Formats: sequence, structure tokens, C-alpha cells
Amino acid sequence: MAETVLRLHGVRKSYNIGTPVEVEVLHGIDLTLERGEFVALIGPSGSGKSTMLNLVGLLERPTAGRVEITGQDATALDEDAVTRLRGRSIGFVFQFHHLVPAFTAAENVAMPLMLERGHSDAAIRARALELLDRVGLAAHAHKVPGQLSGGQQQRVAIARALSFDPPLLLADEPTGNLDTVSADEAFALMREFNRRAGITFLLVTHDPRLAQRCDRIIELLDGSVLRDAPSGTALEAR
Amino acid sequence: MIAAPIEWVIALRFMREGRMQSALIITGVTVGVAVIVFLTTLIDTLQASLIDRVLGSQAHIVVRPPEEVARRVPAAAGSGVTARVEPRAQRLRSIDQWENLYPQFSGASGVTAASPLVSGPGFAARGSASKSVVLMGIDPDRYRRIVKLDTDIVAGAYRVGGTDALIGIELAADLGIGVGDKLRVTTAEGGEDVLTVAGIFDVGSRDLNRRWVFVTLRVAQTLLDLPGGVTSIDLVVERIFDAQGIAERLQAQTGLKVESWMQTNAQLLAALRNQTISNSLIRTFVVMIVALGISSVLVVSVVQKQKEIGILRAMGASRQRIMVVFLLQGATFGLAGSLAGAGLGTVLLHVFSTIYRNADGTPIFSPEVSPRVMAVACVTAIVVGLVAAAVPARRAASLDPATAIRHG
Repeated sequence: MAETVLRLHGVRKSYNIGTPVEVEVLHGIDLTLERGEFVALIGPSGSGKSTMLNLVGLLERPTAGRVEITGQDATALDEDAVTRLRGRSIGFVFQFHHLVPAFTAAENVAMPLMLERGHSDAAIRARALELLDRVGLAAHAHKVPGQLSGGQQQRVAIARALSFDPPLLLADEPTGNLDTVSADEAFALMREFNRRAGITFLLVTHDPRLAQRCDRIIELLDGSVLRDAPSGTALEAR
Repeated sequence: MIAAPIEWVIALRFMREGRMQSALIITGVTVGVAVIVFLTTLIDTLQASLIDRVLGSQAHIVVRPPEEVARRVPAAAGSGVTARVEPRAQRLRSIDQWENLYPQFSGASGVTAASPLVSGPGFAARGSASKSVVLMGIDPDRYRRIVKLDTDIVAGAYRVGGTDALIGIELAADLGIGVGDKLRVTTAEGGEDVLTVAGIFDVGSRDLNRRWVFVTLRVAQTLLDLPGGVTSIDLVVERIFDAQGIAERLQAQTGLKVESWMQTNAQLLAALRNQTISNSLIRTFVVMIVALGISSVLVVSVVQKQKEIGILRAMGASRQRIMVVFLLQGATFGLAGSLAGAGLGTVLLHVFSTIYRNADGTPIFSPEVSPRVMAVACVTAIVVGLVAAAVPARRAASLDPATAIRHG
């Protein structure tokens, strides 16, 4: 259990630096996620959840502090190395699934692998179909996102996020746009990958019911960690 | 699925997704390339046939003796000097030592044929009719390679020998003579001879048809009182636009007066050059319009595809990959448009060459597009596509994935 997947060291993030409207969104976050954890990140709008997710996902760089992914300091890497590290180590699931509409479900799942290798091949195609099978969508492999329901699209997105067997998976309101049945299905799917493959999940959510079903809850308020506790205690303590 | 490079796959999918935009811009490039191919071929072939016609009846380079100049007598100390120097009248003279110099001209690099010529003024008379003519003393075998007179014969044969002579179709009409008839030729030098018309030519110029009388070198030398001499040496060069350079070189080497067709036809050359410049201007503007069209379509596409670009970046696509995706789209628009445009241009040329014809029914220009024009048009269109795509591609590559996704 000692394997650290994510470590934040005094991470700060400011926007509009050097202008009169400069604003610091995160005020020195320290955080460690171990392998196999299933963590909810909650907090009201404007608390810095999305910014933190972007920093953890290496989509943005912190103004100060360090972001380490599987022990590698991402803040010390150049743009290309960050892109590669992100591609290999981090899976993303977004609220609005964000599939590329011009590609089929199977191609969307294969996209991270194709981008890594520069082209498609039989192994990648087989991997994509296997992942689609695991999220129960093997029959829909050749449909484009427009032909799938919201829940199905989100499951394709989850399959895509897992294409590299990333140690860390980030999900931004993964069920926020789904009806309760689809939301439960998507959540159960993520839980299953967490248990079976030991993938660390960091879930941003507004939904307290969903947060309670995670193992650990981190609550942000005004850019600082207000609470970090195992689930079951966090909400009662408020 | 797919085995091509991922950039190609993404580029083609994006173009297929925006197929209306893609079709419109490819049509635009097609029209642009067609205009360029059409105009260039039209102007090139028209110019070529014009030059051909002009050079059909003259040498590319003419070598003449240096002009005679009046020199001041070196002033002796204390003596007066006349203030005015009268220019000398240029009498008919032979090129000094021409037989020794001849190999230097006929063997010069770039020169494919040479022919000595004795020419001077004379009168052709029959009965009471008398016409001013230019006597042209030639060696028929060598002269044929300068002016293809043998193909211009309309009656009789291309035969110059003894007292056989060739005259133009207009002179024949003026004097009322035909093949086999005699005419008397006199010159200011006091020469007089009776010639037999062996052939009648039509070189396409009434003036020349009325003036030229071709005889042997020897007959002309006798008539013009230039025994053994020649008044000029005519040269033909391999590439006609090299003529001026070769002429300058030969003049410097020999000290003779060497003139190229480009000097004697300066006006024609200026007209051709202006035509070429206006064609280049049109081409430049068309290329600019095509480039702006491709650019604007891709700029719009980058904005529309912000979200997808953000997703691809988050999935591990590097900035270069995204850039290449958009550069490929620009190049593809250029390539597709140039292929279609070359085809359309060829069709236009064929259509117009059947509509516009010379008085005799032959096409004014040939509808054949040279492979060089095709290749240049295609390469240009691809390069223009790439250049036009550069700005949108850089914009796409610089999109911040987090922002792109959030705004998506």
C-alpha cells in the first residue's frame, strides 16, 4: 500500500499574474494519493476543484509547488515530456464525456494508444475492443458518439481513460450529466476497475451521495483543503 | 479501422466532418489553379508562336563589319582642330577576312548553324517595270538552316545556282512573272545580270515577299562589287533567349558588330515582357486569394474544433501532432484543388482552342498543357496550402487543453 501515485507539495495557482485582477485560486495544497485509493474531491463552486484537477492532470502548471506523478516531478519536465507523462500515466473522464465525434467508439477508445504510437495496428484494435467489452459496449464498437446514449458515451469515455492501464484516473463530475441508473452503472464500473486493477481514482463531484460511496473524501474551500478524511466521517463532522 | 499515420487519419476525419467547407475551398483552389494553368499555357503558346513567326524569316544573330567612324586627326602642337566631326556614310563593305573568322562563329558554343550572306540594294526590272529589291546572295544549303525558305516555296523549287534565283510572291505579281521567266537586275555599283526565276516563296510578310531576291553568293558578289566578300554572317542559336549573351560575347571576341534578334526586335520583346509581367501579376493575386481562402477555412475549423483539439491534447497528442493535422489539411486542399484545377484548365484550353481559330481554320493556340506547368501548379498549390495552414495550425497547437475542454 506504500506506493505513492500522486503527491502535491505546496501547490499554488494564480491567474492573471502581473495584472490588477491577479487572483490566487489555490493556496498551497499538500496531498498524497496511494495506489488503489478511491477518493472524492468535493467543495462548492469556485473552491478550486477544477483548477486542482487540471494541475493533477498536468493540463496546467502550478504557479508554485511540485506535482509528482508516480514519483516523477512533472513541474521539472518540458512540454513534450509532460504530454507523454500525461498520456501514459493519467486517464481522464469528463462530465460531458468529450468523445471525438468524428471517430467511432472503438477509435475513441484506441485514440490515446494511437497517439502514443503514431498509427493504429491490430494490437491496438484488439485492446480497444477488449476494453469496450469490459464496459459492456462491444456491440456498439463501430457507432459514432452521436449514435450512443449519454450513459453509453460515458462508458466509452471510461474505457478510453483505461486504455493505457494508467495508475491514476481523474474524473470530473463523471455522472453529473447522467440519469441515476446510468450514473450508478458508470460508478459501479469505475469501482470495479479500482478493485480489480488497483487503479487510483480521483473523482470531482457535487453529489454527496456519490462522495459517500468513495473511500476517502477531500473537501476544498476557497482554495485550501478544509477536510481530508475517510468517508463516513467527513460529512458527519460538518 | 485504420493503419495510416494518426495525423492523416485525424486530418481526413476533420475534413470529412466539415465536408461543406472542404468542398467549397477545394472548388476555390480548383478555379484558381485552372485560371493559372489556362492563362500560362495560353500566353506561353501565343508568345512561342509569335516568336516563331518573327524568327521564321530572320537570323537569331547577325554579324556585320564594324561601323566606319571618322576620327579626329591627332592635333599637332599649335595647330587648330576642326570643331565638327562629320559622321561617315556607311558604304557596303565586306567582313574583313571573313573566311578565317567564319569557324569562330559557326563553332561558337550555343550556335547551331551559320551562313554567310551578301546583301545589298538593287533594281529588278522586266520590260518597263522596275522594282527596288534587296539582293540576297546565299549558299542555299547553309541558308536553309537559318531561314526555312525551302518550306516556304509556293511555286517552282528551292534552287539557287548559276543564274537561278528565288523571288517573293508579291514581286512576282508586281513584275508579272512566274517560274522559268527572266528578270534583269541592276545595282548602283554598275552590276547587271539576267536571272531565271527558279522558285517563288511566301515567307508570310508582304514586305519581304516584295523585296527579297535570292541568288548565289557569287552572283551577288559580282553585282554588288564585293568579290570574295560577304556583308554579314547569319547565326542560329540553340536557345533563342541566349542570343543576346552570345552576341555580346562574340562581339567582344572579334570586334565585329554582332546584333541579336533581341536588339533588332526590342519592341516585340518589350511587349512580350509586359505580357509576362501582367500574367505574373494575375498569378500572384490568384495565389494570394487561394491562400487567404485556405487560411480562413482552417481558422474557422480550429475555432469549431477547439474542444476536440483539447481532448486530443489531453489524450496525449503533442503540439506538433496537432500542428501537423492542420498543415496536412492545408496541403490536401492545395493538392486536391490543383489536380482538379489542372484538369479544368486543360478542358478550358480545349474548349477555347476550338472556339477561337485563325482565319485559315487552324487553332490560334495549342491546347497542350506542358507537364512542367502542371507540376509547377501542383507544387505551388501544395506549398501555398502548407503556408496558408501555418497560422491556423500554430493557433491550434497553442490551444491550452484545459481551456479548450472547459469551453467546449
